[in-house]
Amino acid sequence: MWAFIHKLGSPKWFYAIAMRLQPWFWTAALVLLAVGSVWGLAFAPADYQQGNSFRIIYVHVPAAILAQSCFIALAAAALVFLVWKIKVADMAAAVIAPFGAAMTFVALFSGSVWGVPTWGTWWIWDARLTSMLIQLFLYLGVIALRGAFLSRDSGARAASVLALVGVVNIPIIKYSVEWWNTLHQPATFTLTERPAMPPEMWLPLLIMVLGFYCFFIALTLMRTCSEILKRESAKRWVRELADEAPGGKR
Amino acid sequence: MRVVEPRAGLGVAIAATVKRDLTLMLRRRSEVINPLVFFALVITLFPLGISPAPALLAEIAPGLLWVAALLATQLSLDALFRGDHDDGSLEQLLLAPQPLAALVLAKVLVHWLLTGLPLALMAPLLGLMLSLPSGGYGVLMLSLALGSASLSLIGAIGAALTVGLARGGVLLSLLVLPLYIPVLIFGAGAVQVITLGGNAAPHLAILGALLAVALMLAPWAIAAALRISING
Amino acid sequence: MAFDSLAALLAMGGHAPYVWPAWGVTAALLIGSAWHARAERRQRIRELKRRNRRERSAAKRDAPGDFSEREADDA
Repeated sequence: MWAFIHKLGSPKWFYAIAMRLQPWFWTAALVLLAVGSVWGLAFAPADYQQGNSFRIIYVHVPAAILAQSCFIALAAAALVFLVWKIKVADMAAAVIAPFGAAMTFVALFSGSVWGVPTWGTWWIWDARLTSMLIQLFLYLGVIALRGAFLSRDSGARAASVLALVGVVNIPIIKYSVEWWNTLHQPATFTLTERPAMPPEMWLPLLIMVLGFYCFFIALTLMRTCSEILKRESAKRWVRELADEAPGGKR
Repeated sequence: MRVVEPRAGLGVAIAATVKRDLTLMLRRRSEVINPLVFFALVITLFPLGISPAPALLAEIAPGLLWVAALLATQLSLDALFRGDHDDGSLEQLLLAPQPLAALVLAKVLVHWLLTGLPLALMAPLLGLMLSLPSGGYGVLMLSLALGSASLSLIGAIGAALTVGLARGGVLLSLLVLPLYIPVLIFGAGAVQVITLGGNAAPHLAILGALLAVALMLAPWAIAAALRISING
Repeated sequence: MAFDSLAALLAMGGHAPYVWPAWGVTAALLIGSAWHARAERRQRIRELKRRNRRERSAAKRDAPGDFSEREADDA
C-alpha cells in the first residue's frame, strides 16, 4: 500500500495511472450527467410548493456540495505537499482551486436565481448563500496568493498554508454565519439520512451529484497531467511521450 | 561566588522581542496613531453618508464601530513584519534558537498592545458620537479588546504570507478579511445584544474561545508562512 | 414525463426565466472547463513536440553530417 502511494507521488507513475483512469471518469461523468439532466428536467415531478423552479436544485446542490469538497481536496493536497513534499499534490492543488471557485460561483448564481421565484429577490442574506460567498473569497485568495509569487515553489507553499488556514476556518465561518442567520432552510439532503423528498425527486439529484464528482475527478486528472507535462518538460520520459502522443501538429 | 551564566531561555528571548518591538514602534509614533485616526475618520464618514438621525445611528452603531475597528487593524498589518523584513532582522528571528512560533507570538502581542488595545480604549468616544445606548460601552471595549487579539493573530498569518511580496497590501486584505468574519459576527453581536437589553456573556465567551483557538494554531501558521516568505 | 409537450418543458410552468439560466450557466462552466482542459493538454503536447524538433535539429547542426536531412526536418 505504501509503495503504491509512494509510486503515485512520482509524476511519471501518476501520469500513467491518471491517463488510464481518465477516460472512465469522463465516460461516467457524461452518462451520469446526461441521465440526471434529462430525468431532473423532464421526468421528475414538480414540487408541490415551488413548482418547476424546484428543478434548479439539480444543479445548485451538486455544485454546492462539490464546491465544499473541492476545498477539502485542496487542503488535503496542500497538506500532502507541505508534509511530504510531493510535487504532484501541488500540481493537483493548482488545478483544483480554479475549478472549486467556478463551482462556488455556479452554486451562488443558481442559488441567487432560485431565490427570485422562492423568496422574491435576487439576493437574500441566507446563511448558506453567505457562507458560499465567503468561500468564494477564500478560493480567490488562494488563487491570487499563488499567482503573486515570482518563484513557483514559494507561491505553491504559501498557497498551501493559506488553504490549510482556510479549511480550519471554513467550519467556524459556516457555524458563525448560521448562528448569525438562524432563519435558513435545513440542508436539502444528506447521504446518510433518508431525505424527505420522494425517490423520483432525489434519485436524479443523487445521479447529478455523482456525475459532478466524476467530472471533477476526470478534469483534475487531466489538468494535473497537463501540469506535469509543463513542469517536468525537461525530463526524458516526457520528451519521449510527446513524440508518441497523437495530434499536436501545427 | 557563583558565575551567572548567560541566559538564552525562551522567556528572555520573548521579553527581548517584546521590548525591542515596543521601543521601535514607540519611536515611530505615527504608525501607532494612524490606525486610530483612520478609525475616527471612518466613523465620521457614516453619519455624513447615511443620516445624522440619532435613532438610526444608535441602531447601526455596534456594526459600524466593529467594521471600522476591523479595517483599522487590517490596515496596520502590513507593517507588522515589513520593517523587520526590509532591515534583515526577520532573518535573525528565524535563525534564533528559540521556537519561532513563540517569538512571533511576542511580535503579535506588541501589535495588539499598540493597535487593538488603543482601538478598544478609543471606541467608547466614537460610540458616544454614534449615540450608542449607555449600557453598551463596557461590552464594546471588552469585545473589541478580546476580538482584536484574534484579529491580530489571524492577520499576522496573512502579513507573514505576503511580507516577501513587493506590493502585498491589497492581496493582504483579500486573504485576511474573509477569515475575520466569525470575529466580526460575534464581536458586533455582543454589542448589539447588550444594547437591546440582552446578555452579552455568551458572545464574549465565544470571542474568548475564538481567541483560544487562534492562540493555539495561528503561531504555527505564522511561523510556517514566515519561513516560506524568507527562504522561498 | 412531467410535461405534456416540448413547449411545456421549455416553458417550465412559467419558471423558464429561472430554470434555464441556472442550468445554462452550469452547463457552460462545465463544458467550458472541459474544453479548456482539452485545449491546455493539446497546447502542452504541441510545445513539447516543437521543442523536441528544435533540439533535434540543433543537435544535428552541431554534429557535422547530413545537411539535407536537417532541412527536411525543419520543413
